[in-house]
Amino acid sequence: MSTEIFQKIAETNTWSWIAPELAMGVLALSLLVLEVILPKVAHGAIPRIAILGQLVILGYVVTGTCAGTFPAGEAFGGMLYFDGTGQLFRVFFLGASIFVSYLGMVSLDKRLLPQVEYFHILLVITAALMLLAQANHFVMLFVALETATVGFYILVSYFRHTTVSLEAGLKYLIMGALSSTILLFGIVLLYGAGSNPALAGSSQDSLNFGNLAGFLAANPDDTLGLIGMILVISGVAFKIGAFPFQIWIPDVYQGAPLPTTALLAVSSKAAGFAMLLSLSKVFSALGDWFYPLLSALAVLTILFGNFAALTQRNLKRVIGLSGVSHAGFLLIGVIAARTVDWASTAILFYLFAYLLASAAVFSVLVHLNKDDDSDLTLDDLGDLAKKNGFLGLGLAVGVGSLAGIPPLAGFIGKLLIFIAAFKAELYGLLGVAIVGVVVSIYYYFGILKSAFFDVWQFQADEEEAPTAIPGSALGFLGKLAIVIAIAGTLLLGFYQSPFSSWLVG
Amino acid sequence: MNDFASLVQFSIAVPIVAAFLTLFVKSWGRPAVQIVSVTGFALPLIFALFLWGLYDPSTPGGYAFVSNLDTGLEMIGVSLHLGLNGVSLPLFVMASVVGLAAGLFAAQSKAENLSRYLFCLLIMQGGLMGVFASIDIFFFYFFHELALIPTFIMVGIWGGRDRNYAAMKMTIYLTLGAMLSLVGLIAIYVKSGAESFDLITLKAHLAEMPLADSVQNYAFGLLLFGFGILVSLWPLHTWAPLGYGAAPSSAAMLHAGVLKKFGLYGLVQVAIPLLPDGMGHWENWIVWLALGNILVVGLIAMAQRDLKQMIGYSSVMHMGYAFLGIAAMSVLGVGGVVLMMVAHGLTVALLFMLSTMVHHRTQTFEMNEMGGLAKKAPVLAAFFVCAMMASIGLPGPGLANFWGEISIFLAVYDFRNWLVYAVVAGIVISAIYGLRAIASVFYGEETDEFIESQKEVSVEDMSWAERVPALILIVVMFFIGFFPKTVTESINDALESEPVYAQVGE
Repeated sequence: MSTEIFQKIAETNTWSWIAPELAMGVLALSLLVLEVILPKVAHGAIPRIAILGQLVILGYVVTGTCAGTFPAGEAFGGMLYFDGTGQLFRVFFLGASIFVSYLGMVSLDKRLLPQVEYFHILLVITAALMLLAQANHFVMLFVALETATVGFYILVSYFRHTTVSLEAGLKYLIMGALSSTILLFGIVLLYGAGSNPALAGSSQDSLNFGNLAGFLAANPDDTLGLIGMILVISGVAFKIGAFPFQIWIPDVYQGAPLPTTALLAVSSKAAGFAMLLSLSKVFSALGDWFYPLLSALAVLTILFGNFAALTQRNLKRVIGLSGVSHAGFLLIGVIAARTVDWASTAILFYLFAYLLASAAVFSVLVHLNKDDDSDLTLDDLGDLAKKNGFLGLGLAVGVGSLAGIPPLAGFIGKLLIFIAAFKAELYGLLGVAIVGVVVSIYYYFGILKSAFFDVWQFQADEEEAPTAIPGSALGFLGKLAIVIAIAGTLLLGFYQSPFSSWLVG
Repeated sequence: MNDFASLVQFSIAVPIVAAFLTLFVKSWGRPAVQIVSVTGFALPLIFALFLWGLYDPSTPGGYAFVSNLDTGLEMIGVSLHLGLNGVSLPLFVMASVVGLAAGLFAAQSKAENLSRYLFCLLIMQGGLMGVFASIDIFFFYFFHELALIPTFIMVGIWGGRDRNYAAMKMTIYLTLGAMLSLVGLIAIYVKSGAESFDLITLKAHLAEMPLADSVQNYAFGLLLFGFGILVSLWPLHTWAPLGYGAAPSSAAMLHAGVLKKFGLYGLVQVAIPLLPDGMGHWENWIVWLALGNILVVGLIAMAQRDLKQMIGYSSVMHMGYAFLGIAAMSVLGVGGVVLMMVAHGLTVALLFMLSTMVHHRTQTFEMNEMGGLAKKAPVLAAFFVCAMMASIGLPGPGLANFWGEISIFLAVYDFRNWLVYAVVAGIVISAIYGLRAIASVFYGEETDEFIESQKEVSVEDMSWAERVPALILIVVMFFIGFFPKTVTESINDALESEPVYAQVGE
């Protein structure tokens, strides 16, 4: 790169465009400062300040998106590209982060561990993911992704006194480093191919998405470009947990602290799809390779996720594997987006529905009194409905929405994906998806069954009452979180008007 | 005529609102819960009867009381389009009648956590009313699912023997059926190019540009097997007897009586009018599978020793007649099917309710262990005999089922003569198991087991709390039996305006 490029970058440095991400960074740093300057008794307020600050940023982004005042177009010399989809991903990551902050607040209170760092890292990860969704350059993409991934390494092994958490952290570190290497290798190959002056369409700044897409369109048969594409997709597949890069998911989900599991399940997965959506534009010239590859991934992911979840008894593993199958459904949406314009809207709808459903499920799980949440099993849910009907309701709505049962949001998400797939004439994928849905009913039903149906079965032996369920009432925040998740899920299932116009608009 | 469209909306909304109210008034005690829930079941019946009285069969375009609301899915052509035509109105009324009976029966039952039980039942009722009032096929499906989910919950929590297994099996089977039919509906939506899920729009669009044969064939196949699983088409029926055997009686009444008609209704109102050539392609399949329903399942029903299972199998068996009537594709045949759907809904609901009352008195469903109950409970015996006769389709007491079945038989005779022999054999089979059940439960000597159980539970005749719901059902059955014209006129008009049925009749 010559100095001209840096000059060009400096000219287009519109810092105000990334105000939300900057605010997240400032908030993250100020949490650390607060820990120093606040007296020890007031430290409990820091998580609340984190949530409050994020709510303010969320409000700013949402009002900006609704009013359409956010600028669109390239910035930072083509490093970032701002558009409506990116705004929605910003909202998504902020929403997920707020809810993970809440989970962290509940979960970390049970342990004697430093708390503030957790929120600090969480905020940094979220800011990185928000930038990732707007990345328009492989350097930006990689830096943002690594910022988030390094944060994840820490958060996964945050419970440093429990071996499962450390084990999960190590596994995530090794697998994550491997996948980053694969991704980076792919990027390097693409760089090498795209900046070869002997080929048509080459450019100096060949990692810019637009330039690369132009190069690939001019040289669709370039072997280096093709291999680079496959390696990049492999790296992304690790993030979304697509087969065969899903192997880390059950162990890491199980070992990681519950809030981190939620963050991995929601934000990390969505980040993968944000990348895939922008990469599908870059690789559109390689469509004959790109889409069959994604189709194969989708089929295997749906089948593996659902069948592997069938035999699991551990709650976090079930949810992890069910998340794998959701990634498969979303991949169908990405493939359909090739021919159906609004399929990317369907993906966003699905992701938001998934966020709300996960919020409901995880907010319930975090309230189960178990010292070590890595061995929460289905049996720990026994009598949940009887002992705490409110938690039972939250779990039912969340799991029902994940299963895609009307009138919940998850159903509308699946419906939109199915319609898009049908319009794109992906009949084979649709068939696999239906098999997946029917199989998934079995394990989702299993969760609900253990929470609800055994209620009167154990009456004979009253002695052996499970201890994992709190009989007492939840705090105000706990109720609020579950109520928001339930209400959002129902609203998106019954009456999508405000939301869908916002998505499409 | 659209003045009273809000009544249609209310009959869907009232049960759902009442459902949430039952949870709130729980702390005020049992009577409050009972009053709220019974009101939630009674108002839709009043609305439905009122609409029935107002309905003018010659309504242009077929649909009366039409309303259209946007819910936010306009981008894929979905809106909450409600209205009733000649076919849906009788079923709408039937749903409200069975709903009230089931609700009354549930409200006086001894179910644990009564308010939650009634909550599920009321949500189910709201869904049922919505199914028959939907013109938009997306909402048609949506309301079906809304009614289906509480069924699983009720079977799983309040069910009897094997409830966990039964709930799981029902859920998986019915989800598969629902998914197949959903894909079938999506196929129609996408391939028609009408960009709408609205039945009227789709019909107009497809009348001008019918779908290619190959599309019709697979779309109809998806709908046939999707709906087929939901209606317990042989050999995909195995969830039904098991599920009904385990379900609490009110849930079984609503599911077997009303919700199961969703699939038939979908074939009559959606699949066949939109995909007439697809129907031609699958006709033979329907005939043979329906024969499986009548003969194979009929014989299995004969072999049952468990009263509730037997009723479950007999209900599966009767779906065979319905499929045959649909296969005949004439106004007479399909009209007979609609009439039979109404009558069968009332009858099977009554039978499930009465069998539970029998169980309360004998403490068993095993017919071998019963006997002589008529002496102790003559009123119950009278109701049961009446309901069983109706179910067999005997013309004697002027009951509704006879008219439906006789029209189906005549249409089937016109369709394929030889089928009538099979159908008559089916009547003999159902007479055998039906009459034998009456004999072994109510007549003969009291068995040792029955005498034994009387030491614990004294046997009394039906109380008024039990008689009222039974009377509601039986009065309507008699009414339709004596004045079938009140129902058939509107069905006829609606079907004759449907070219696909009208052609065959001529």
